Amino acid sequence: MAVQTPNLEPKGIQGLGKAIKRKEDARFIVGKGNYLDDINLPGMLYMALVHSPYAHAKILNIDTSEALKIPGVKAVITAKDLAAAGLSWIPTLAGDKQMVLADGKVLYQHQEVAAVYAETRQAAADGAAAVQVEYEPLPVVVDPYKATAPDAPVLREDIKDQMSGAHGPRRHPNHIWTWEVGSKDETEKALAQSEVRIKQHMVYPRSHPAPLEPCGCIGDMNKATGRLTVYMTTQAPHAIRTVLSLVTKIPENNIRVISPDIGGGFGNKVPVYPGYVCAIVGSIVLGAPVKWVETRTENLTTTGFARDFHMDIEIGATKDGKVTAMKVYTLADHGAFDAAADPSKYPAGLFSICTGSYDFQKAYAQVEAVYTNKAPGGVAYRCSFRVTEASYLIERSMDVLAHELKMDPAELRLKNFIQPHQFPYPSALGWTYDSGDYEKTLKVALERIGYHELRKEQAEKRARGELMGIGISTFTEIVGAGPSKDFDILGIKMFDGAEIRVHPTGSAIVRAGTRHQGQGHETTWAQIVSEELGLDVDKIIVEEGDTDTAPYGLGTYASRSTPTAGGAMALAARRIREKAKKIAAHLLEVSENDVEWVDKKFQVKGVPGKSVTMNEVAFAAYTNPPPGLEPGLETTYYYDPPNLTFPHGAYVCVVDIDKGTGEVKVRRFVAIDDCGTIINPMIVEGQVHGGLTEGFAMAFMQEIAFDEQGNHLASNFTDYLLPTALETPKWETGHTVTPSPHHPIGAKGVGESPTVGSPAAFVNAVVDALAHLGVRHIDMPITREKVWRVLRSAGIDAF
Amino acid sequence: MIPAAFEYKRPMSLEEALSHLAQYGADARVLAGGQSLIPAMRYRLAQPAVLVDINKLPNLGYMKEENGMLCLGALVRDTDVEFSPEIRSRYHLISDVSMVVADPIVRFRATVVGSLCHNDPSGDWAAAAIAARAQMAIQGPGGARVEPIDRFLVDSFATSIGEGEMAVEVRFPVPNALTSGAYEKIERKVGDYATAAAAVQVELNPDGTIKEAGIGITAVAHMALRVEEAEKILRGQKPTLELIRAAAEEARKIANPNPDARGSAEYKKDMARVLVGRGLIKALKRLNVVVA
Amino acid sequence: MEITLKINGSEKKLSVEPRTLLVHAIRDAGLTGTHIGCDSSSCGVCTVVLDGKTAVKSCTMFAVQAEGHEITTIEGMAQGDKLHPLQQAFHDQHGLQCGYCTPGMIMAAHVLLQHNPNPTEEEIRFGLSGNLCRCTGYQNIVKAVQQAAQMLQQPAGAAADD
Repeated sequence: MAVQTPNLEPKGIQGLGKAIKRKEDARFIVGKGNYLDDINLPGMLYMALVHSPYAHAKILNIDTSEALKIPGVKAVITAKDLAAAGLSWIPTLAGDKQMVLADGKVLYQHQEVAAVYAETRQAAADGAAAVQVEYEPLPVVVDPYKATAPDAPVLREDIKDQMSGAHGPRRHPNHIWTWEVGSKDETEKALAQSEVRIKQHMVYPRSHPAPLEPCGCIGDMNKATGRLTVYMTTQAPHAIRTVLSLVTKIPENNIRVISPDIGGGFGNKVPVYPGYVCAIVGSIVLGAPVKWVETRTENLTTTGFARDFHMDIEIGATKDGKVTAMKVYTLADHGAFDAAADPSKYPAGLFSICTGSYDFQKAYAQVEAVYTNKAPGGVAYRCSFRVTEASYLIERSMDVLAHELKMDPAELRLKNFIQPHQFPYPSALGWTYDSGDYEKTLKVALERIGYHELRKEQAEKRARGELMGIGISTFTEIVGAGPSKDFDILGIKMFDGAEIRVHPTGSAIVRAGTRHQGQGHETTWAQIVSEELGLDVDKIIVEEGDTDTAPYGLGTYASRSTPTAGGAMALAARRIREKAKKIAAHLLEVSENDVEWVDKKFQVKGVPGKSVTMNEVAFAAYTNPPPGLEPGLETTYYYDPPNLTFPHGAYVCVVDIDKGTGEVKVRRFVAIDDCGTIINPMIVEGQVHGGLTEGFAMAFMQEIAFDEQGNHLASNFTDYLLPTALETPKWETGHTVTPSPHHPIGAKGVGESPTVGSPAAFVNAVVDALAHLGVRHIDMPITREKVWRVLRSAGIDAF
Repeated sequence: MIPAAFEYKRPMSLEEALSHLAQYGADARVLAGGQSLIPAMRYRLAQPAVLVDINKLPNLGYMKEENGMLCLGALVRDTDVEFSPEIRSRYHLISDVSMVVADPIVRFRATVVGSLCHNDPSGDWAAAAIAARAQMAIQGPGGARVEPIDRFLVDSFATSIGEGEMAVEVRFPVPNALTSGAYEKIERKVGDYATAAAAVQVELNPDGTIKEAGIGITAVAHMALRVEEAEKILRGQKPTLELIRAAAEEARKIANPNPDARGSAEYKKDMARVLVGRGLIKALKRLNVVVA
Repeated sequence: MEITLKINGSEKKLSVEPRTLLVHAIRDAGLTGTHIGCDSSSCGVCTVVLDGKTAVKSCTMFAVQAEGHEITTIEGMAQGDKLHPLQQAFHDQHGLQCGYCTPGMIMAAHVLLQHNPNPTEEEIRFGLSGNLCRCTGYQNIVKAVQQAAQMLQQPAGAAADD
């Protein structure tokens, strides 16, 4: 019996620019999300880790006997056991290697020392508490500036004699690499000739992404089939599969990585962590599934920190405020292992975007990385590989320059913006900016906030002794890594795949190598396909995160999903449309050349009444394919982007300062973003709200700090401060749209812009409020006490 | 994180609770709201052998005025205070405190008496109890006793509760129409311990002079402190800005905080001063006395 | 220990250790909508409703303490296929992204609205300040609670889910 022809009239094509509600919400709002800890397998064991109380110590002895006596404890492993499997050390993403469990010594507080496997989570915890470790404390290196002192303690004895690493020569056992870009001589010459010069030191402190769902993993080795299934909170399941195969020597076809729903990632869930490896090893050794879910302390103390860039900048300008040159030196604190998550060629990530939105003719940047007794990491925390640090540096520095020139910071920016006609713009540090209209975006923001009235108000208030400040940030990002000629991670090129299968009845499943963690791909990918193919958006299901089914891709981080997989999705759809056109011609009984795609339908050129929908074409692809044409309607497309994309924005912040306590209150914050073509304005706005909130948190609260002994001072949420609804300002958002000329739909990516762009706006506003007291810079996080010190030393006091 | 194992007792009467406490002595901890104790147990910073859960005890959730005192039973939750219109309209200090302890969800479980018994150096209720001159009612093997708050709060995490004893009630004097108070707290974010906080209560004479003042500061010493010198300075005087300045300065003088991520000792001392000053201004304003 | 409690209206008998946290007991009973995000009672993703009108962080209560009590979790909010107004409003206002804080946030908002059926924006921010969200910046959560408050106050229509 033939399939009955269904109703093939599309009813809900919802393409680009539509603020449709999210498809993925349905399961989350009823408590039916499926996060890692929600997965329970028969016979599953629980794993708990033993951590070092010292930041640097020799391990003299590990006694597991008491732990093994606890009922329910099945096994305890240490580095020795891992060595037998060749897994005591694993390669990092940055070309270094790291211990899985402490091998002879510990290099940071809370480092993993042993893993305990047990039948219940209680027994695992009791077992971990019962493991006795004897340490001999060693001198620590906490301050990165002291790491390469001649008498500094050697941290990495395993490589102390290797005077060359993955990124070139090393000059000290604690030195990792030095990376530079731009012309030093020409820049120094230009600086020397500049009429005005400013110098500023600033620190972007160590931070942590701290998604609310901690990291976790279930290793499930099926000895009967030889297949290893790994459930993992990972933003990059395919890369993880490849790495696991290389590390464990299990053939890649025998590894399936499933990344279930992820409760926030922000870069924290990109690297491979010791806990993952131990859960997998445990499963292989014990023949049962092993679950490990981080405690919050483990999350904050051992996994992927971000930032920790200590920066010195020098900028030259003419007297009337035209910038001439920029020179930057940065010391990067990478902790005990170089596990920074950056593309291979770029050990300092895309930091060389530090010339920002301005037309610098000469620039030079040097970054040095050193080892310290801190956890490894250097993840791209809601950031496209050190872009956050770079944007903060330039946007903060432009205000320092404005202050020096006694010029309005908006005026200084307007004077130095790269102009629309200069695109594609080759930057002094080697990038080719795709598009932008910086002046327009800033003017929209200034207008929206009422900049000139605010300046007037500020002057009046200052006369009365009240403190308010206005801060601007007009950042340019660089996202969408990236073109395979330059971008790879561990040799794997950073393209991304998309697969579309259109079913006979006009519905479809689409899959991508990315893995969303709240970004809304289940909706936005469907919108791209709905736009390109004229299918009902509700009939498009999006699937990500299972390496057995999804096409290869490097994952979701660094605002890369839309620039890479989004492009792949559009081009996969267009490839389907090409084939569909042949089928349409067959149905319309004309030649293919006489068919055109108009109003999301195929029609006979110039004959609007004579058309077929994609649904009709899809049905025909399976029921009535043209003779000689391969049946079916599906494809996979791997998109290798020709360039990165360069989103930008203009943010303006207004703050009031409490003279008694030093408290800074953000009164208003206007964010005008330009992320090119907008797929779903509701989702874009949501991303901006979230990103601004994390930027706010970094400016005022979040910091991973250490004391002189290397003790971690932010090991839980009572010490690592995340803002609540009460502290978080109300955001005012808006857009300009400058499409990317090279991206298939003109989109640029937005998830990170607000985190990248906003910290400087907050800090600039606070400094602006205090500028007349002689303040030029305050490092983040801006605590009440830092402001209070300024106030009291200026003799300002109040109840 | 998983607490260490313990023995759980769920007494159904006060007598039964007291007998457990008598039997297990120092090994036992009373579990009321548990909002400080349970997290400490999760981190295994506290590992009591026995928990005596008093949540099922009858008749300890009362809030009543009796003999000129507002009496709160040991199971009165912070939210009972926070959501009470009577408290809000008449007990300004207590109402202020009830809105800023920990966070809104924690306050549904946390108890006022439990907080006082915990006597955390940063506790909010201790400062308020000092300022309001509260009393604690305690039951034990030797029967019942009532103790003024200054004698009850002994040291960091230490009170005068002896082995086998349990606090059953806190009593705040009922404020008259010429009495008001305020709680001023700065915290880095909701849910953080106070960086510094000040509780003040002021009673005016009909002629507008200050009859009595109570001032407690918290998070700025080993435990919440009474600022006695400030109280003395205020007593009998007409409220002026100079007077408030002088009183507030006393808070700075006696504050002896530990420096930590919340601030240096110098900063916290100054905040004790600022917050006492603000508290006094706010309390007076509530009595329609505007000190410019 | 054996305990008996009601979860989402149905009686459950659970076997737990005294030290079993309520959140683990709930999750082990198959109701995994209640999440865990910290160890310090800070994040609120484990927030559930106790006896109808009280919100608790279920990581800061032992399961044995729930003996004889009634717990409502996110799974108990919808009536059959009909979403609770808060669930509908979170969807309508884009009040969630990764979804991890959402169940706790909805339960906290549910209790907030019972005590204050018509809260201002500031009161919502205050009332939800025991619950962290890393994705949304709270703004759309606030809007969602405002929408839900309106829906719940409409005499018929949306409020007919009782």
